[in-house]
Amino acid sequence: MTASYRRVPTRALIYILLLFFSMFYLIPMYVMLVTGFKNFDEVSLRTMWNLPSGLAMENFRAAYQVLAPHLWNSIRLVIPTAMISAMVGSINGYILTKWRFPGVGILFPLILFGMFIPYQSIIIPLVQFMSWLGLAGGIPGLALAHIIYGIPITTLIFRGYYASVPSEMVEAARIDGASLIQTYVSIFLPLSIPAFVVVLIWQFTASWNDFLFAVILTNSSNWPIMVALNNMAGSQIIAWNVQMAGSFLAALPTLIVYIILGRYFLRGLMSGALKG
Amino acid sequence: MRHKRIDRDTVTAVLLISPSIVALLIFVYGFIFWTLRVSTSKWIGLTPNLEWAGLNNYLGLINDPRFHIDVRNTIIFTLLFVVGCLLLGLVLALLLDQGLRGETFFRSLFLFPMAISFIVTGVVWRWLMNPAGGSRISGLNLLFDSLGLDFLINKWYTTPNWGIAAIAIPAIWQMSGFTMALYLGGLRAIPEELREAARVDGASEYQIYRRIILPLLRPVTLSAMIILGHISLKVFDLIIAIAGKQVALDVPAVYMWTTTFDGLFYGRGAAIGIFLLVTVAVLVIPYLYFTLRQEAEV
Repeated sequence: MTASYRRVPTRALIYILLLFFSMFYLIPMYVMLVTGFKNFDEVSLRTMWNLPSGLAMENFRAAYQVLAPHLWNSIRLVIPTAMISAMVGSINGYILTKWRFPGVGILFPLILFGMFIPYQSIIIPLVQFMSWLGLAGGIPGLALAHIIYGIPITTLIFRGYYASVPSEMVEAARIDGASLIQTYVSIFLPLSIPAFVVVLIWQFTASWNDFLFAVILTNSSNWPIMVALNNMAGSQIIAWNVQMAGSFLAALPTLIVYIILGRYFLRGLMSGALKG
Repeated sequence: MRHKRIDRDTVTAVLLISPSIVALLIFVYGFIFWTLRVSTSKWIGLTPNLEWAGLNNYLGLINDPRFHIDVRNTIIFTLLFVVGCLLLGLVLALLLDQGLRGETFFRSLFLFPMAISFIVTGVVWRWLMNPAGGSRISGLNLLFDSLGLDFLINKWYTTPNWGIAAIAIPAIWQMSGFTMALYLGGLRAIPEELREAARVDGASEYQIYRRIILPLLRPVTLSAMIILGHISLKVFDLIIAIAGKQVALDVPAVYMWTTTFDGLFYGRGAAIGIFLLVTVAVLVIPYLYFTLRQEAEV
């Protein structure tokens, strides 16, 4: 069924519908940006749909002043989390795909289940355990939580990816006398770049956007961006226009990644639904 | 010689995977077990107290009016959210499957909310769904007012008894693109020959959709329902960002939070956590079982 197959009126109707739905998805972005670029005198709830008279930066500056330390906290969190998660996932995925040992069949579902659990069912012991480890309140403890609860999804993504590597290649390497680790380094690792991109983006987005773990495992000086933003939005002192600008700043990093690497992002999403 | 090497590799494999296994055994299964234990204890206050309380914390929930609100809110929210995402996702996928120009652009546009945090979504939609009226009218209500759509003006998440329904709107905004992507994947998997054959047999485009394509999409609908359903049972951030901890918009995930960390009723909080886990497990375990079995057969 090609474009030429459809008659012009039908096509026009489809475009009209698509544009209509696009508006629904763009409204929040529109409001965030329009409000963000207004100057303080222009800002009023009555005129929130109007375009700004120029490109004022006051709102963004005000929001940045409040959020800057927390943006930095998030960066400190997200980079090690994504990198360690990717390494761990890659190794797990490799072993679960290519090396058979007793119990491997039951192992994978048990790993996978961890992806779906509501974190409310583990949060009480998590807090106790992190305090016991001396990691409560800071970024390293939060990163550890993200890495561990990220094991199921990162393993799943790599396992799916490595399943397409032909077993003959592994066999050949084995006959050549390559050990498990040599096979991984010489065959799997060089092929893995796309899967690494998928997992890095996934864990970056997940830990950047997380609220539940962050709010319970960090103290206020270590709050990542989402906890700080939620706190800012709940305060009576900070005006709604600054909140809008702050929301935009908080959303920007993951949005940029999505715009540049959307294809890989989508692949991660599909794996999350167990749809290769 | 050969045997020796394989043995060595097996040892390496086990060594490499064990840290992850141990971590998950502790952080998932150990912690669930510990929460279960706390849920049968009398622990209230800052100091852990594991004195046996039997099922009292669970029985307490059954008679707890706040928990009744939670269950009702979860049911309303889940129904609206899941049905909304499925319908919107299916419509968008069918529109995008017509082979028109700009498909990639629209697909990316409908999916971008997935990259955004529920907290950002909540903060922005809270202002869009500002319930103030009269001279302080703003947000979507103001838009409806100026477009002459006054009948659409409403109190959103502050509507008595039905406020939770308004929370489903930003949730649908965020997750419908994902549902679209699932349907689009399903549509792309339907062989073109099937449609061709039906066309040759004289079927109209409408009949092809009605009799062939929609029935073939049923497995996608089922997967999507499970994924969306388990997300809606866990909804937490979005409600906190829009409404804080109001009882009218309470759900089990928020109640667990407030009763445990604000009220220090650890036993009760743990019971709610286990309740959530069981509801999610009922949805997810059969799904995992069938998906993995299918995968093993392929």
